[in-house]
This record gives sequence, structure tokens and C-alpha cells, in this order.
Amino acid sequence: MITLRVNGAEHSLDADPDMPLLWALRDLIGLTGTKYACGEALCGACTVHLDGEAVRACVVPLSRAAGKRITTIEGLSRNGDHPLQQAWVELAVPQCGFCQTGQIMSAAALLAANPTPSDEDIDESMCGNLCRCGTYPRIRAAIHRVAEGTKR
Amino acid sequence: MTDPWPQYVLVALLAVGGGDLSGEPLRAAGSFAAIPDRQERSLALFAEASKVLLHPRCANCHPPDDRPRLGDRHLVHDPPAVRGPSNDGVPAMRCASCHQDRNLEHARVPGAPVWRLAPLEMAWLGRTPGQICAQIKDPARNGGRTLQQIWEHSALNELVAWGWKPGPGRTPAPGTQKEFGDLIRAWIDTGAACPPVTEATR
Repeated sequence: MITLRVNGAEHSLDADPDMPLLWALRDLIGLTGTKYACGEALCGACTVHLDGEAVRACVVPLSRAAGKRITTIEGLSRNGDHPLQQAWVELAVPQCGFCQTGQIMSAAALLAANPTPSDEDIDESMCGNLCRCGTYPRIRAAIHRVAEGTKR
Repeated sequence: MTDPWPQYVLVALLAVGGGDLSGEPLRAAGSFAAIPDRQERSLALFAEASKVLLHPRCANCHPPDDRPRLGDRHLVHDPPAVRGPSNDGVPAMRCASCHQDRNLEHARVPGAPVWRLAPLEMAWLGRTPGQICAQIKDPARNGGRTLQQIWEHSALNELVAWGWKPGPGRTPAPGTQKEFGDLIRAWIDTGAACPPVTEATR
């Protein structure tokens, strides 16, 4: 058995230690906010936090995630009111929306480490999260909006 | 009736790679004993070891800029990744965001413990053996290591070891880590001579 602590709740799973974390989150625990896209750590749609660091859940084996604090989009805030989630709504960032949970999780990891990032900081941290709708300008604007709120 | 498709499919699969590739051989350190002059022997040992230092599996993580490289043609890392202040990426794009402590066959992502770039002052990519040799011996550009510690890094380090176990579809570094370590040991024991520092041509 492997025990995962996801969004503050413990889950004991009868799963292979090599199973990707994404499979366990979606198929065993039922948290489907984290998306499957490329499955090869190339697109960022499956980004979650492991002890606060953004990781690609599609390539993280359960053996690495066990014992760590795992946060998914469902656990980023209690009521969907994390400053980034609010900014995402205010600026109507998503288009199709599929990549956006990964985008928000990467943005949250960025702001936790650097509360007032420059355009260059944002581009360097967010460039691994692909958006086929091309919402990048609004993603960057939403991150700046949250950073401005931090400054005030 | 013969169906040609299975053969085409097999050829296509072989063409895109994915199987274990073999590396170039490395001469054994002992084979250099025939060179009577100590300085000449040391230079020859370093020249042989340079085949490893300049190999893409090693040089790709020793770039002279902030971008890791990929493949045998040193392509810029894609997805875009940058060095960061600690050589392990930036927030949300750490090396460990994607790379694990082992190679992943299902996702083809390479991995080893403490996956990261070598510090900028230890850049090898595009440099000559003479330039690299001078760097390796300079504590200001080798992480403050003694020659003994250089041997330990070469012969025993787990991340260095990945160069010979890069996973399916990647050409391993020449020889074995043991043979490389023996070359470095013999090079040190013969005075750690360096070739002339010449400018790289590429």
C-alpha cells in the first residue's frame, strides 16, 4: 500500500510504486481537475505541487510522491478563491480551458517563490505550460494582477 | 499472400529509435604504458578521456550559456528550460519538475539523482580539450576541487554515471565510467599534463 497526502487528506492506495502520480490522482482518487495531455512532461497540463514545488504529475512515480504534501487545483484554495483563480476569472483568461489548471498551478509556484515577477521571470517559469488557444498574454496579465495586489 | 506492411512497420520503428544504443569504445589506461615519456603519456591519457568530456551525454549539461542541450547535435532543450541561480531551473520549471531520479521509458524523460546543469564556469560545450583541461585543474573553475576530488567526481558521481546509462534511444558516452575513471586516475598520476589552450573552431 502507498499512502498519498493530497490536499490535506490521506489516501491509502494499492498501486504500483512506479505508477505516475497523475493516474492515481485521476483514476484512483477521482480528482480530475489535473489534466492528462502529452504524458511525457512536455506540455504542463498535469502540473501539481509536491511540497510546494511544481511537478509534472504524468512523470512523477508514486514512490517519489509518497510522504510529500501534494496539492492539486482542487486544493489550491478552499472555495476556488485563490488570488490567481480570481484574476483568471476577472481577465477571462481561459479559452477552451484544458491547460488552465496546469497554468494556474505553475503560476502559483512561481508567485510563491517570487511574488513580484518580471515579464522575463514569468516567461521563463511558464514557458513549459503550453496553451493551444494562445492565451499567453492574458496568463501573463493575470499573474501581474496578482503580483500588483501583493505589492499593495 | 504476403503482406508487406509488417516489414514496413518494423523498419519505421527501428528508424525512429528507442532501442539501446552502444557507445564508442575507450582505450584502457594500461595501454598507454608503452609511451615512455611521462608528459607525453599524460597528454595521451587526457586526449582519450576527452572523448568522454566532449561527448554529447556529458557536454550537453556543461553549456556555456543558460540553456541545457539535447541529443547528439546539442539542440537547445525543448520544452524551453533555463539554468536558474542554482543551476537547477527556475520556479515551476525546476529540472526536477520533469526529471526523476531514473530514466523513464514510458515518457522517454532521462533522469538521475540530482539532475542539474554544471555551473557556468565549468562549461565544456564548444571548447577544446586544452581549454577544458585548464578549467578542470583550476579550483576557481572546478568547484574548488582537488585532483583527487576530480577523480572521485569522474569515477563515482551518480549524475556523471548517467552518461553511460542514458536510456533507450540515446548514445552512451564512450567506454565505461570505470574505464573513464581509470584514465583520469592515470592522467593525474602522470602529472595531469594539459594540451595547449587553443580557441575552439566552432
